[in-house]
Amino acid sequence: MMQATTLGRRGALAAAAGLVGLSLLPKPAAAQMEPATAAAIRKIIGERTPEEGRVQLRLPPIAENGNTVPLTVTVESPMTAADHVKAVHVFADKNPTPDVATFRFSPAMGRAQADTRIRLGQTQDVIAVAEMSDGKLYISRAEVKVTIGGCGG
Amino acid sequence: MARRAAFLAGAGAAALAAGLALAQAPGPAPEPHRTITSPESGRNYATPETLAIQDDDFQNPAFLWVEEGEQAWNHPAGSAGQSCASCHQDATASMRGVRARYPAYNAAKGRVVTLEQQVNICRTERMGAPELRIDSRELNAMTAFIGLQSRGMPMNVDISGPARPFFDRGEEFYNTRRGQLDMRCGSCHEDNYGRSLRADLLSQGMSNGFPTYRLKEQRVISLQFRLQGCVNDVRGEPPAMGSEEFTNLEFYLAWRAQGLPVETPSVRR
Amino acid sequence: MAAPIGQPRVRLPAQIKAGEVIEIRTLISHIMETGQRRNQEGQIIPRDIIKSFTCTFEGQPVFSMDLHPAISANPYIAFPFKAERAGNLEMVWTNDAGEQRKLTQAVRLAE
Repeated sequence: MMQATTLGRRGALAAAAGLVGLSLLPKPAAAQMEPATAAAIRKIIGERTPEEGRVQLRLPPIAENGNTVPLTVTVESPMTAADHVKAVHVFADKNPTPDVATFRFSPAMGRAQADTRIRLGQTQDVIAVAEMSDGKLYISRAEVKVTIGGCGG
Repeated sequence: MARRAAFLAGAGAAALAAGLALAQAPGPAPEPHRTITSPESGRNYATPETLAIQDDDFQNPAFLWVEEGEQAWNHPAGSAGQSCASCHQDATASMRGVRARYPAYNAAKGRVVTLEQQVNICRTERMGAPELRIDSRELNAMTAFIGLQSRGMPMNVDISGPARPFFDRGEEFYNTRRGQLDMRCGSCHEDNYGRSLRADLLSQGMSNGFPTYRLKEQRVISLQFRLQGCVNDVRGEPPAMGSEEFTNLEFYLAWRAQGLPVETPSVRR
Repeated sequence: MAAPIGQPRVRLPAQIKAGEVIEIRTLISHIMETGQRRNQEGQIIPRDIIKSFTCTFEGQPVFSMDLHPAISANPYIAFPFKAERAGNLEMVWTNDAGEQRKLTQAVRLAE
């Protein structure tokens, strides 16, 4: 991988560690993740294991243009002081750098949702990891096909 | 029966004679041929996600440009100390319908001018301000703001009289094959609309939504910027933005879209 | 020199009832230069993005966002807010150079 060639031996080891870490992630959310994405997720959640579910990504299955793709994340949560979503981290598996955004939530929101517009360099999976106030982690992914248009102009 | 046929034949001969007379004496030019008789807006070729952005004036990023245009409208620029509003007052009233009838023949200039060029004529001749570059952020902001005042009104350019030769040249440009791919505008937008060019659904190439927020560029673009893209796509050498060729083409394109509601500022891929 | 940050646009519903969960929508003009593009001379155009957005209500955190270069130009950000009482929302956009745009938006409740 590019990481291994540019970072040298230590980078290769780190990437390998990321791949090993992948086995901790539930399938299919962990299926075929780039080492850089796995490393970016590990950087935030450490060695903890996210579960499937509760966090939802809403994206068009086919993006008309990868430069402006509407994204909505929602998490099932009562959003009370005792039980709420702390953050949702969003990654694009095959972008030049996988980080897309981190949303930090609070009970003052009343509902766990955020909307924005993102850039996707190619057809790929977008991955969301939600951190809950009780320390639990949830993960989900959604594929977006990014079309190569005929009209380059 | 025979009498009636004779009468019809007589009428036909008279019409023919009248036609010959028209061909010799200067008179109204014949109605141009319309290849697409019921034009469809580019919105009919956009995805629901793109339309959701266009149809919500808050989500539509082009309104950032509209707001800048509105500020510039009321802000004096140039040595005369005048703003657009100094002459034209409230744009919601004075600019209503303007986008729908541009490009238009300008008698003083003796040629057809685009809305962009008309803004620059005002700036240089009335305001003592420098021209804005075609497709610059400032000029696109102004035409987006002016264009919005005609939103929903049918495109209605006047190609009659002295405007007609400019229209004819625009039509000729449209129908001329160009570039290494040897394509005319209509190769895509008349012969193949509704079909896919790789993953792009070809539209009829209607201009009623310009200036538009283009998702690819992530900014508001002018029609002539898009036209340069089209000519590049067929591996041709595009004329400059603001050139006579593109101005005439823009005039012809506006006529092709005649009757479609102005959608400025639209959102397109 | 950092790219200009435009005037933000913020919209709340016209009528807000106490206890209602409303949607706060924001849009700001910014190029969001990724740091991966090259200019015509082949040089990398330096990264220049809005890197964070925060929203507080009467000093208490409501919502914040870390933005990366994968956020589209002219960032659109929308999120819910439970309007329990009247007060002021303060929103701050910050770019890579640390420059900020701030906007205060009053929340008024319908009787």
